[in-house]
Amino acid sequence: MTEISPADVAVPVVLRVNGTDHRVSAEPRRTLADTLREDCGLTGTHLGCEHGVCGACTVLLDGEPVRSCLLFAVQAQGAEIRTVEGLAGDDGTLHPLQEAFWRHHGLQCGFCTPGFLMLSTGVLETRPDIGDDELREALSSNLCRCTGYQTIVEAVRSVRDAAGA
Amino acid sequence: MGGRSLIGESVLRLEDRPLLVGEGRFLADVSFEDELHLRVVRSDIAHGVLHGVDLNDVLGAEGVVAAWSAEEVAHVPAIDFRMTGFDELRPYCQRILASGHVRYVGDPIAVVIAEDPYLAEDAAELAFVDIEPLDPVLEASSPESVAPLTLETCYGDTDAAFEAAHRVVELHAAVGRHSGVPLETRGLLAFPRSDGVLELHGIAKVPHYNCATIAAMLDLQPSQVVGREGHVGGGFGIRGELYPEDVLVTYAALRLQRPVKWVEDRREHLVAANHSREQAYRVRAAVDERGVVQALDAEFFHDQGGYVRTHGATVPNLSVALLPGPYLIPSYRARGHIRLTNKTPAGTYRSPGRFESTFVRERLFDRVATELDLEPVEVRRRNLIPTEAMPFDRGVSTLGTPLVYDSGDYHRLLERLVDHIGYETLRESLAQRRRQGEMVGLGIGMFVEKSGLGPFDDVRVRRLDDGGVEVVTGAASVGQGMETAIAQICADVLGMDYTDVSVRHGQTDMIGRGMGAFASRVTVMTGVAVYMAASELAATGEPAEATFNTEHMTYPYGAHAAVVRVDAGTGGVTVERFVVAYDVGRAVNPMLVEGQIIGGVAQGIGGTLLELFSYDPDGQPLATSFMDYLMPTIAEQPHVEVLLSEDAPSPLNPLGLKGAGEGGTTAAGAAIAAAIDEAIGRPGAVTELPATPELVRSLIRDRASEAAAPVESPCGSR
Repeated sequence: MTEISPADVAVPVVLRVNGTDHRVSAEPRRTLADTLREDCGLTGTHLGCEHGVCGACTVLLDGEPVRSCLLFAVQAQGAEIRTVEGLAGDDGTLHPLQEAFWRHHGLQCGFCTPGFLMLSTGVLETRPDIGDDELREALSSNLCRCTGYQTIVEAVRSVRDAAGA
Repeated sequence: MGGRSLIGESVLRLEDRPLLVGEGRFLADVSFEDELHLRVVRSDIAHGVLHGVDLNDVLGAEGVVAAWSAEEVAHVPAIDFRMTGFDELRPYCQRILASGHVRYVGDPIAVVIAEDPYLAEDAAELAFVDIEPLDPVLEASSPESVAPLTLETCYGDTDAAFEAAHRVVELHAAVGRHSGVPLETRGLLAFPRSDGVLELHGIAKVPHYNCATIAAMLDLQPSQVVGREGHVGGGFGIRGELYPEDVLVTYAALRLQRPVKWVEDRREHLVAANHSREQAYRVRAAVDERGVVQALDAEFFHDQGGYVRTHGATVPNLSVALLPGPYLIPSYRARGHIRLTNKTPAGTYRSPGRFESTFVRERLFDRVATELDLEPVEVRRRNLIPTEAMPFDRGVSTLGTPLVYDSGDYHRLLERLVDHIGYETLRESLAQRRRQGEMVGLGIGMFVEKSGLGPFDDVRVRRLDDGGVEVVTGAASVGQGMETAIAQICADVLGMDYTDVSVRHGQTDMIGRGMGAFASRVTVMTGVAVYMAASELAATGEPAEATFNTEHMTYPYGAHAAVVRVDAGTGGVTVERFVVAYDVGRAVNPMLVEGQIIGGVAQGIGGTLLELFSYDPDGQPLATSFMDYLMPTIAEQPHVEVLLSEDAPSPLNPLGLKGAGEGGTTAAGAAIAAAIDEAIGRPGAVTELPATPELVRSLIRDRASEAAAPVESPCGSR
């Protein structure tokens, strides 16, 4: 019997990330997170648990926050993927949420920050007038071990309020 | 220079921009061409005789470059103590790969090095490990546990005090096994440079110590191992200690002369990185008529797990020293038994020895209040060390230095907390809610923290051509914002913008020695050193170096108040309100201090209500994912009110600084436990943590069955 080695079953995959096409070769078992990080060079997406709980790997897939550790790269073909690297403007201007996390001290070690930024981007884009309770519930999807969340909530609320003003 | 002092300003952090735009360089983000990936084969048996490891199938697997078991690294010594070492503990230090026996699930047995991390993981599953299981020891107090050392301390005449006591109040209490669990797992990448130097990326917390120790263990010159600290995803005591994997990765890179990378996965982290906290106490207090505790007698078991790691006896040492906390307690005796079990080895976690001992002491003081029918706050008022007694020499030592509280006005801080929460009104409103059927309650805990551990910190400062100033320090960042705090102190001295100060840390070839970041030490030690060096630069205009030496720690202090609501049906506890009053002497950046406190509260709530490394009777760990190891989310975290106080600057340094990293955590268990007691109407009921819904539900049921029991009738039916 001929053994099939994983390299033999790698397939070509095209991922559209932050508006740019990335052509990579990935085994079907390769996660979207690993592919973004290792093959597309986008290491801003972090892996905190690799089992879908912590949310550090959250990216937007067609506008919806998803755990990129629970998706395979092959499943993300044809979708618009957005990662933390795509948030700031081309001139380096911070996205309002990035600015708010900075001003409200919404990060300490910064490891969970890309996940929280993408989660809150997805939430505010789909529900710009989300209420406080619903916002807390949405943000409870992700874990942070440093901040106690208070300043994260304040940061996201401030962006929601400024947009609605 | 004039103008407003930068020290005390809540300026925005220097660190944030790369972290916000996805340009952080955490260990897993660093790669070298031609790098190899290491995977650890671990014991899945808690205790057993290791007869052998067959790696033949592993070596035949695709992409595998090497695979080794203990024989390959038999010449490498066991990992030594970094702190609080005792000869009695030395036989229990951990080798980098197990041989002869395995002692916990997760014990490293072999390593596999392959071209790709997926392939390394595939191949590691082919290792055939021959273990003959033995009965595991899972209780520190069990007679079967190995008992290398008992720490003892005492002052005063405890026996006489108990003989003379108006009343003796006793308590058994225990804190469950949990730990720091930073969101970035551990990892290391060793890169062998062509000049014979090994660069270690992913090194953290104590880079100089770790590089020097790894060099010594592998028979290298100290200059051959260089630490390259990148971004670090949370420390909390556990990250950055020297673990077997750090030495294995470095050894592999040296041996194979290729870059070798290891990134821990979460399951590994939960069984392999240091656990903490598991201590069980028997304490009793000799109390006089007024509720003043005249003597405290304590004995506890410290569950160290399968080996003694770098922290040696640090945690029980701190428990013994700080159990008396902020109270006078004229006589004291404590014995802390360090016991080995077949669980993951233990080390420090934020507020080590204080979270545990504060829970026990404050529970004991609550019991004193109940037995003498006094208000809990009043009992504390009658026992606090008065400010006139400062500096207060406790008459014991910890971490090699006499325990002398440097400054403090404990009464004032307690009254500030009492005023802020509106103690009387709040108690009345909670009583009203209880009368209407809700289970709600208030609890308070007080504590003394410690910070600013020496013995030294060096700092070098120089002006750069662009007008900025560079600070080089041997301290480290674990994500706490140290660059900003250090830049503020430097800029304050030099009358410049703090954003023009760049702080270089964690690069061991930039400065000869360094102590790193632990024990809430950086703002105090590095802060004062940069103050000294910058002052010299200001005076001379020349590049300057300074060393701050101290043999004493500084002692911040605090009080926590918690209001909880208990669901009678489920036993679930909701923290409605949490208040922290904390005196840090002088806050360099109040925003960062508050951030430390609020984050610390979340970890305190986790250890109090949620987080537990539990084991089945075979010693199999039951919390090996975030589905089972429950850390607080936003849903469990109340809005935290911080009363930051600067009543008592430290007299031990020119800036009056004390460290602020741990006081959010310290009394969370104590305050919440007291609040649950009041909520369920059972004073003193909560004696173990975590107070899970299961536990609280059983306490509520016990109360119900007590109420339903036959009541003694006036006619004497019994």
